Formats: sequence, C-alpha cells, structure tokens
Amino acid sequence: MIKIFKYLFVISTFSIFAFSNAIADPKKVGFIYIGPPGDHGWTYMHDVGRIHAERMLGDSISTTYIEGVPENADAVRAIRKLAASGHDLIFTTSFNYMDQTLEVAKEFPNVKFEHATGYKRADNVSTYSARFYEGRTIIGHIAGKMSKTNTVGYIASFPIPEVIRGINAFYLAASKVNPDIKIKIIWVFTWYDPGKEADAANTLINQGADIIVQHTDTFAPCQAAEKAGVMAFGQASNQEEFCPNAHLTAIEDIWGPYYAERAKAVVEGTWTSQDTWDGMAEGMVVMSPYNSKLMPADLIQEAINMEIAIKDGTLHPFAGPIYNQAGELVVPEGQNADDGMLAGMSFYVQGIDGEIPQ
Amino acid sequence: MNLESLIGVIQIVLIATTPLVFASIGELVTEKSGVLNLGVEGMMLVGAVTAFVTLVITGSYFLAFIFSILSGIFMSGLFAFLVLILMSNQVATGLALTIFGIGLSSMIGKEYIGTPIDGLTPWYFVIFSFIIIFLISYFFYKTKHGLILRAVGESHTSAHALGYNVIKIRLYSILFGGSMCALAGSYMSICYAPMWQEGMTAGRGWIALALVVFSTWKPSRILLGAYIFGGVTILQMNLQAFGLRLPAQFFNMAPYIATMLVLVIISSNKLRIKLSAPASLTIPFHKGN
Repeated sequence: MIKIFKYLFVISTFSIFAFSNAIADPKKVGFIYIGPPGDHGWTYMHDVGRIHAERMLGDSISTTYIEGVPENADAVRAIRKLAASGHDLIFTTSFNYMDQTLEVAKEFPNVKFEHATGYKRADNVSTYSARFYEGRTIIGHIAGKMSKTNTVGYIASFPIPEVIRGINAFYLAASKVNPDIKIKIIWVFTWYDPGKEADAANTLINQGADIIVQHTDTFAPCQAAEKAGVMAFGQASNQEEFCPNAHLTAIEDIWGPYYAERAKAVVEGTWTSQDTWDGMAEGMVVMSPYNSKLMPADLIQEAINMEIAIKDGTLHPFAGPIYNQAGELVVPEGQNADDGMLAGMSFYVQGIDGEIPQ
Repeated sequence: MNLESLIGVIQIVLIATTPLVFASIGELVTEKSGVLNLGVEGMMLVGAVTAFVTLVITGSYFLAFIFSILSGIFMSGLFAFLVLILMSNQVATGLALTIFGIGLSSMIGKEYIGTPIDGLTPWYFVIFSFIIIFLISYFFYKTKHGLILRAVGESHTSAHALGYNVIKIRLYSILFGGSMCALAGSYMSICYAPMWQEGMTAGRGWIALALVVFSTWKPSRILLGAYIFGGVTILQMNLQAFGLRLPAQFFNMAPYIATMLVLVIISSNKLRIKLSAPASLTIPFHKGN
C-alpha cells in the first residue's frame, strides 16, 4: 500500500512539474515562407499576420520563420528543421509545400501543421485559405468599367486551381459589365522574379492592355504600369505607394486573426485538424482603398456595394449560368459553384482565349 | 503585328537581356584568364543592393553606380585573395561567394525593401553593353595585353616562364569580372525593375555562367547567346498574350537545352575543347610549379 502511495506521489510530483513547465514555456510557432518577408506581397502579408499573432498572444507564444524556401525537397528539410527544434505549430505558406508538409507531419505526430491554400489534411495537418476570388470579382468589375482599350493583361504564376479560379472570377465579373472585354494571359512560371514580372507587364501593355492584373508576388508589374501610364491592381497588399498613379485598388490578405486564433488553440490545447476557407465576410480578404483620382465616385460606390453583397451572400462570384470554353454548362442558372468545384478548378470559363498550360 | 508593337517587343528584349550581357562578359574575362568564379549571382546581388542603398541615401545615380562597382571589386577581391593567394578550390570558393552575397545583400538591404525610387532610363546601359562587347573583343584579339591575358588562361606556366606576372593578371581579370557583375546588378535594381527585393536577380547569375559556356568563350557570341536567351523568353510571353496555344514550360527551358546542346557539341570533339575552353581554367597557379 505504502509502495503504491509512493508511486502516486512520484507520478503526481512529476506531472505537476511537467504541467507548470508547459505553462511557463511559450509555445513555439514556426512559419515557412516562399519569398522574403519584404516582397510587399504574399510573404509580406503572412509576416504581418505572424507579427499580429505574436502581439495578440504576448508571452504565451514565440515565433520564428524560414524565408525563401523553394517548393521542392528543400522544403522538407526546412519544415523538419522547425519540427525537430521543438516547434508546436508550423504554418507552411505556399501551395506547393503540400506533400512536403504531410511528409514531415507523419514523422512528428505531436507537432501541429497548417498548410496554406492546399487540400490534403491529416490528424495533425489543417489547411486554410482565403477566398481571394471574391476580391477578383470586384477588380474584374472595376476593370470592365475602366478599360478604354477593352484589353486587360493578366500575369499568372502557375496553373494551379487558386490562380485559375482568380482568372475566371475576374473575367466573369469583367465580361458581365463589358461584353467586349478581352483578357490576355501570360504564365510566367514563377511567384517571384521582379524582372520577369516587369517584362510580362510591358509585353501586355505593348499588346494594348491598359489594365494590368497580377497573380505574382512583387510590385514590379504595378511599377511597370505606372511607368507606361496605364492602370493596375495591387496584389496581396496595398501597393499604392509604389505606383500612386496606376494603382486602382488591391486585394489584401489578412492572416493575423487566423494565426492568432490557431496559435491560441495550441496554447490552450484545443487545436484540431480542420479546413478553413474564409473570405470577405470573415475579414480574411479585404480591398485596399479605392483610388479616387482614377475611379469615378459612382464606380467606387458600386465596388463598395459589391463588397457588402459578397459579405451577406447575395452576390456569389460563381453564380450560374457558367459555361466552360467548350460551351458546356458547368453551373446551371440559379445555382452557385460549390466549394468542391472551386477548390479543384482547372478550366477556363467561356470567353477566355488560350489554353491552360499543362 | 504592326511596326509600333514590334519596336515595343524589341525594346523589352533589349532591356531584359542587358544584365545578362554585363554579367557574362565579366565572367568571360575572368575565365579567359584561367579562373572560374561561380560567385556571379552573389556579386550581382551585392552590386544591386549597394547601388540601391547609395541612391536612396545620396540621391545620385552616378555615386550609386560607382559604389556598386566598388562593391563588386570588394566581393571579387575577396574571391581573388582566397583563390590566388591562399589557392583555395575555385569552384567551392565561388559557390561560397554566391551564398555569402545572398546573405550580405539581404542584410544590407533589410531597411530599404520597398523604398520607392525613380528608375533611370535603361538605354545608356543597353548601348554601353554593346560597346563593352566590342571593346573586349578588340582587347582580346587586337592588343598585346589581351594576348597576354589569354596566354595566362591557356598555360600559366608558360606565361610565367616568359616573365609575366600571372597572379597580377588574374587579379585584374577577377576584379573586372566582379565590377561587371555588380554593374549588372545595379542595372537591375535601378533601371530594369527599380526596387530592392531580396534575391531579386532570380538566378540570372547562373544563366550568365551558362552563357559563357554557350559562347565557347568568345565575346561576340556572348551577345548572340544572351539575345537568344532573352529573345526566347520575351517571344513566348508575346505568343502567350496573343492567345496562342503553346507549351510555355518548353519555352522556359529552351535556353538551357540550347546550352546543354552546345556543351555536348563542343565536348564531342577533343580539338574543339582545346580551341575554346581556356586550358588552365580552375587550375591554381603557384610560382613553384
């Protein structure tokens, strides 16, 4: 009997010790970035989110990040490095970290992982993304009204559903207000190469585009538009200071509240694997201030009304009828495209020229 | 396609190709003297950030380029000290220089990311890139000093036996290479895409290295190779924007395939290798041997 008490005493002392230790130690939260935090685009906004989470949770978490991690086997090393160095929660912030994240997650079942914009989950891997296409609908509407040459240049990165969805949402909204609008698409096969992005922008401008839309990470296209005297939309963050006379608005990615919420869940031990896909209604996608020097007041009002309609669900960017390039009806009238179709979107809608590179 | 847009395309090609010309002509001179410097990417980045930061602080384009070239001389001087005096392995030292340059440029530029500047017109540099190719060609094949430099690259022992200072000649070649790479970098951060972003050269240094091989170590062919490279990239963008169905991935790798083909062709014939590659490339020189 005494022996049992002895054991119980030892165990309880240990567990108290372990428990108090867990409270004293801040939870370590790691981030894997594809670019540098200073790109003023995609990675920059993730870093803003990281800092926000750190501010919100104070001493209960500490954060680190590894920047410029390529989307190949190197990513496994980087993620593993964070997992092995005692991180409790790791955010991998690019689509092509998907398999690498799952690979490392299998090795570290006690570490929680969060993969941005992907669709593969596990018990310790969540996915999260923002409905950027809601913003694309608004810039599409603006482009349709603002373009004088009826030609929009679109700089696309990689042919993944995320980018294709953006192109479709943009075009659907633009062609709705301007049936004559043409969209010229250049796939640059990089997220981050200021020189190449500027080349693509200049090529599109040279072919008559008077509005540049980008789905790459630097402000080089906006800058090229400024120089050429045409208009552009910023990407991921407000880029007005780099191209004040070209910048119409931008789709901003707001990750901070989500990062704070998930880190808090880890601190409190309530984290579970889930899939989050939030949009304007939840505040994950926000439009930058509309440029009143370029846009007429009624158009700004229209854009704001669209925001409200998207938030309350009366306007869906992919409301039927929607046809694909072959003319087949993919979303019938009166219905909206479901999340499954949106998540795996790999076709252009009717009216877009060209083919998605395979 | 009308004439105006054709001129537009040519302009974009010229602007996009110029940094490749600068970097590869610099590397060519270095390699002609028998030294392989794989640090092109790192030197370009340090050159780019130095020019950008100088411009933000002083507001002077002239000083920006001067300091940028000095930074190139500093970086390549470091390399020269290691490989010429300490006789370290050129390949390993060059790779280390690139990694060092990436880190150093990020550190210097940390505070300056996203600072807006007014870009400089690229046309002076485009013209200068053609002039420099002509000058280097002339130097190599029409002047005595060019001949000596090439001799050092072919057989440093013979050049040494003839009384030429091999170390000094190689030092100058390395420094010239470094300053050209820095110029390429400063062109990128001030003219081409006027901004500072970490790693903004995005692999152009490696392309420049490939171009030196592609050119079979001849200055005029650097121009050819660089313009094929830049031309294909811009051409495929134009075709895409026209809505043409083409495999964009193929066009992205086409220039690299061309480089590999040239490598295969020149290495299939022993005589051709002897005629094109500097014979003493990567071999360290010591007065004793």
